[in-house]
Amino acid sequence: MSRPRSAGFGFGAVLVAIYAFIYAPIVISFIFSFSAERFPTIPLGGVSLQWYGFVWSDPDVHAAFWRSVNVAALAAPIAVFIGFGAAYTDYRSKFFGKALYLTLGLLPPLVPVLILGVAMLFFFARVGLFGGLYSIVISHVVLCTPFAFTVVRLRLTQVNPALEQAAWNLGAGPWRTFASVIVPLCLPAIVAALLVTAAISFDEFAVAWFVSGMNETLPVRVLNFVQGQASPRINAIGSLTFTISMLLVMSALILLFFRTPQGSAPIDAARDKP
Amino acid sequence: MNAFTVASPKQRVARSSWRRKVFSFFWGAPLLIWQGAFFFAPLIFLIVLTFWSVRSFRVQPDATLKNWIKILTTEYVWSAYLRSVVLSACCSLITTAAAFPFAYFVAFRLSMRARLFATCLLIVPFFTSYLVRVYTWRTMLGQHGAVNNLLAWIGLPAQTMTDNFFGVLVGFVTLTLPLVCLLHVLSLSYVDKRLVEAAHNLGAPPFTTVLRVIIPSARTGLILGVAFAFVLSFGDFVSPDLLGGRNPPLVSLLIIDQVKGGSNWPSAAVIAMIMVITLVIVVLGASRLAYSGRK
Repeated sequence: MSRPRSAGFGFGAVLVAIYAFIYAPIVISFIFSFSAERFPTIPLGGVSLQWYGFVWSDPDVHAAFWRSVNVAALAAPIAVFIGFGAAYTDYRSKFFGKALYLTLGLLPPLVPVLILGVAMLFFFARVGLFGGLYSIVISHVVLCTPFAFTVVRLRLTQVNPALEQAAWNLGAGPWRTFASVIVPLCLPAIVAALLVTAAISFDEFAVAWFVSGMNETLPVRVLNFVQGQASPRINAIGSLTFTISMLLVMSALILLFFRTPQGSAPIDAARDKP
Repeated sequence: MNAFTVASPKQRVARSSWRRKVFSFFWGAPLLIWQGAFFFAPLIFLIVLTFWSVRSFRVQPDATLKNWIKILTTEYVWSAYLRSVVLSACCSLITTAAAFPFAYFVAFRLSMRARLFATCLLIVPFFTSYLVRVYTWRTMLGQHGAVNNLLAWIGLPAQTMTDNFFGVLVGFVTLTLPLVCLLHVLSLSYVDKRLVEAAHNLGAPPFTTVLRVIIPSARTGLILGVAFAFVLSFGDFVSPDLLGGRNPPLVSLLIIDQVKGGSNWPSAAVIAMIMVITLVIVVLGASRLAYSGRK
């Protein structure tokens, strides 16, 4: 295939331009979190950790950080439990209306967060669930469950259904089979789903902003910073949360792709049992 | 959950009583219960609320069309709505036009390993804070921001890049570009390479191959990209606020103001429903286009 060199060059330029546009705000924010000056200048005026110091000594940020950690720590396990159950149901059962069941359960990420946040605020206020940390937990479970489902479902496609049937034939009941075949095989995916959902919850600001009342989480604190007196502190918080999210996601990826036993081959999968 | 059937050949396994039903229910039902109570109930209540009324600053059950009539006859709601639709459509166009050549290069010119790396680079932004990215754009594009400094250094006049539609579009594209690129890369990766080679061997110039072979084969993903870009940007209130300067407002900002400022929740619910209806029309239209004529 002979093509003009200029065409390849043009495509390369598009590639660079797109990555530059996507990564410019991410990288620049990271760099300016170390800026010594209040207003970002190019070249960088001086290097300092002052914005991290401000963040560290701000009691509001501290409280918001721990609220976010609490919310993620509660929302992730609940979402993974529900998502895992749904994925397992999809994996092993056929029933009337299954497509509808999955569509309804997995729809939330497709609804704009603005609509979801407003609807949840009105509803929670009406039924008396508004304004607590638990309100955020409830809404984050709604948002995170589809992602937990997807991660676990991907793993289950690699699990040979004959393994479960073998356990039944050997006299194990559904719970026993579940505990000694399915859970061990899905463990990496379950942990990965926990990490991914925790990262999503930790970053979510829109729905949390609507339903949290006075209990602002860290992203909601950032939103209030940004809307009010903007300051380079935002860059410092952004860099910290980015680091935390990436650590969670990277650990999830490592679990999914490097620690996952080759379950598609039944013998290997069986050997994986403790 | 009903009519549980097991793919097992052993009858004795399939027959085991209601213990199995409890088991299936235990794993299958939480999804329905949770999403029913905390996802569908709020959405249904949103519809109901549009027919309620406000008396002395309290929302009360009612069956009135007043809210609908009030909102639908307000001129500036319509102008905000139109601005939102136009800006989101522009965002869809820009991201699609940018993502296609990008995905073409990634899917057809890069090695397997490079393609995987390029895809990972598209996923990372999902885990960075959109708020922080928008804030950074604001400081970069502002009147005395780095971009204007750069322009002055080259000798060009300063440009106004925030508090206008340009700013909003920068934010919208920041929000949607990674996802649209990802969708394009995925759909172009699934285009049968033999078709492309056949077209080439039959003497089709590259442009014709793209138009007659690649775009039709990848249609579903490309149209999905347009729909996603529209839906995401239409619901975004951060960029219109921080990069658009709130003035003139977009429809998402009207909702925020109604909810956070006043107590007129039924009006906010009506505007939210108008947005929902718009998005449903866009998604249905897109899926018709994406799947029509498909076997």
